[in-house]
Amino acid sequence: MESQIPNFESPILLIGIGNKYRSDDGIGLEIACRLKALNLPGIKVMEETGEGTTLLEAWKGIDRVILFDAICSGAMPGTIYRFDAHNQSIPAKFFHYSTHALGISEAIELARALHQLPTYLIVYGIEGKNFTAGLGFSSEVEAAAQEVVKHVLRELQPFLLQKMCSKNLT
Amino acid sequence: MKSRTIKVNYLARVEGEGALYVKIKNTTVVDVKLKIFEPPRFFEAFLRGRAFTEAPDITARICGICPIAYQMSAVHAMEDALDVVVDGQLRALRRLIYCGEWIESHSLHVYMLHAPDFLGYESAIHMARDYPEIVQRGLQLKKVGNEIVTHLGGREIHPINVRVGGFYKVPTKQELKPLAERLKWARNAAFETVRWTATLPFPEFEQDYEFVALQHPEEYPFNEGRLVSNKGLDIAVRDYDDYFVEEHVPHSNALHSVLKEQGSDNLTGRLYLVGPLARYNLNFHRLSPLAQDAARSAGLSPVCRNPFQSIIVRSVEILYACDEALRLIQEYEPPEKPAVEVQPRAATGYGCTEAPRGILYHRYRIDDDGTILDAKIVPPTSQNQKIIERDLYQFVSKNIELPKQKLTQQCEQTIRNYDPCISCATHFLKLNIEQE
Repeated sequence: MESQIPNFESPILLIGIGNKYRSDDGIGLEIACRLKALNLPGIKVMEETGEGTTLLEAWKGIDRVILFDAICSGAMPGTIYRFDAHNQSIPAKFFHYSTHALGISEAIELARALHQLPTYLIVYGIEGKNFTAGLGFSSEVEAAAQEVVKHVLRELQPFLLQKMCSKNLT
Repeated sequence: MKSRTIKVNYLARVEGEGALYVKIKNTTVVDVKLKIFEPPRFFEAFLRGRAFTEAPDITARICGICPIAYQMSAVHAMEDALDVVVDGQLRALRRLIYCGEWIESHSLHVYMLHAPDFLGYESAIHMARDYPEIVQRGLQLKKVGNEIVTHLGGREIHPINVRVGGFYKVPTKQELKPLAERLKWARNAAFETVRWTATLPFPEFEQDYEFVALQHPEEYPFNEGRLVSNKGLDIAVRDYDDYFVEEHVPHSNALHSVLKEQGSDNLTGRLYLVGPLARYNLNFHRLSPLAQDAARSAGLSPVCRNPFQSIIVRSVEILYACDEALRLIQEYEPPEKPAVEVQPRAATGYGCTEAPRGILYHRYRIDDDGTILDAKIVPPTSQNQKIIERDLYQFVSKNIELPKQKLTQQCEQTIRNYDPCISCATHFLKLNIEQE
C-alpha cells in the first residue's frame, strides 16, 4: 500500500493541521498531539493552521514529512485517506481552497513547481462529520484518529528501531 | 427573457461557509447576495465566563492568518476597561508585531492570491511555473513577516507571548538585530513589489466609497486612533456601537455592518469600506516618506477609489510596515518590565485595531473578578460584505456582455480585492451567477 520511509539520518517531521475550535477540523492537531506525547526519538511534531506557504517553510530542509488533516469530500465520516505526494497530486477538493489562502494540496503543488517538495511526503486525511464551531470530535472521527496513530507508528517502526539501535550502540 | 446563473464553487475546508449568488435577467443584474458564516459568534459565547486574561489567546484562535489583530484588539479593549495605559517601548513592540502580521498577510494575498488573477493564471502554482523568482520573492517577504511574529509572539501560529498589559517576555536589543538585517532585504523587495504591482492591468472601476479607518495624529494606524471616514465620521472607539449597527439579512446567517444614519431610526444605514484602501485614503500623509514616494512613483495618487488597485495599496503597506519595523528596531530599548500591572474591576472596555483587512472591533464587559460577562467581536470581513455585494452588482452590470467564464473569474477577482478572511468570516465560498 505505501512507500517505505527512507533511512536518512535527519528527523521526521509530523505536522498536524486544523482548528481545534471547529470540532472535527481539529483532528489533525489531535493526532499530532498524541504522537508528540509518545516522545518518539528523532520525531519532530508541529501544529499548523494549514495555510500553505507556512507549510512550505515548515518542511524546508527536511526530507521526510507526514501531514494530518481533516477533510471534507463527501465520503463516510471517519474514512481515512493516505496520499503519497510524490506519486500523486492531492485532490484540491479534499482540502481547503479559498479566496484567502493556499490549502495543503496547493502548497504541495506549489512546492512541486518550485522544486521544494520533501523527498518523502505523506498526507493523511480523515473525513470529518461535524465542522461547526465547538470542541471535541464525532465518534467516527475519534475512531479514525486512533487507527491513524496505529498506522503511523507501524510506518515509523523501521526508523524508530534504527534510532533505538544507534542509541544503544553509543 | 434570458436569464443566467454563473456558479463557481470554492471548496474550502471547514472553518466557515460562505456563498455568492448573482442573478442576471436579460442584461440587468437583479440580485447579488453574499453569504458569510462567522465563527466570532461562537467565540463571543465561548468567552463568557472566562478570565479577562484569556481573551487574547482565545480570540487569536479565530484566525490563523491574523491572530495578532485579534490579540491586539482584545488587549486594548481589556486595558480600556481596566483603565491601563501601555506606552513607551511596550507600545512600540506592539506596533512591531503588527508590522510582522501585515507583511505576512499582505504578501500572501498580493503574491499568492491576487496577482495570479491579474496575470491570467488559475493559481499561484501555475504562476510559479512561469515566474518562479517572483513567487519566491513573495514567499521570502512573507517569511520575514512570520519571523517578526514568531520572534515577539513566541510562535508564528496562534502566538502566546501577548498579554493584557504588555508581553510575557520582551526581546533584548541583540535579539532584534538579525530581524533588522532581514528587514533591510524585505524593504527593498517591498519596493520592487510596489513597482511590479503597478504594472498589472487594472479594469476601470472607480467607485464612490465611504472609507472607514483609524486615524492617529502622528502615525499610520495600527493600534490606536479615532474612527474616521471621508464622509464626516469622527468618533472615539468606545462610541462604535452608537454609530455602527449590524443588520440581520435573510440570505445570510452573518450580520452585515452598516453606519447608522444619525438622528434617524432608519437602520438600513450607509455602506462603508474598511481595509487597506480605506487606511490609505484616510492616512496617506502618515505613511513614511519612502512609502509615499513609492506610491507616487507607481502612479498611485493619495486618493485611490479603484478596489482592483488595492493590490498596489497592499504593497505600499508592506513597504511601510518594513520601514516602520526597521525604525522601531533601531529605536528599541528593552523596557524595565515586560508588562504593566493590571487589576480586574467591573467595567466595559472597547478596542479597535487595524487588522490587515481593516478595523477589528472588540467589546468586553467584565465583573470585579475579571470574569468576562459579555463579548462582542466585529471582524473586518463582515463589515465589508455589503460593499463587496455592491461592487459585484456594479461590476457585473458594467461587464454583463462578457462570456460567462470570464465574468465568473472577474467576480472572483472582485471578491479577492477585499481579501475576505476564511477564518474570520468565510471559508467555504460558493460563487453562483444565475442568468434566467
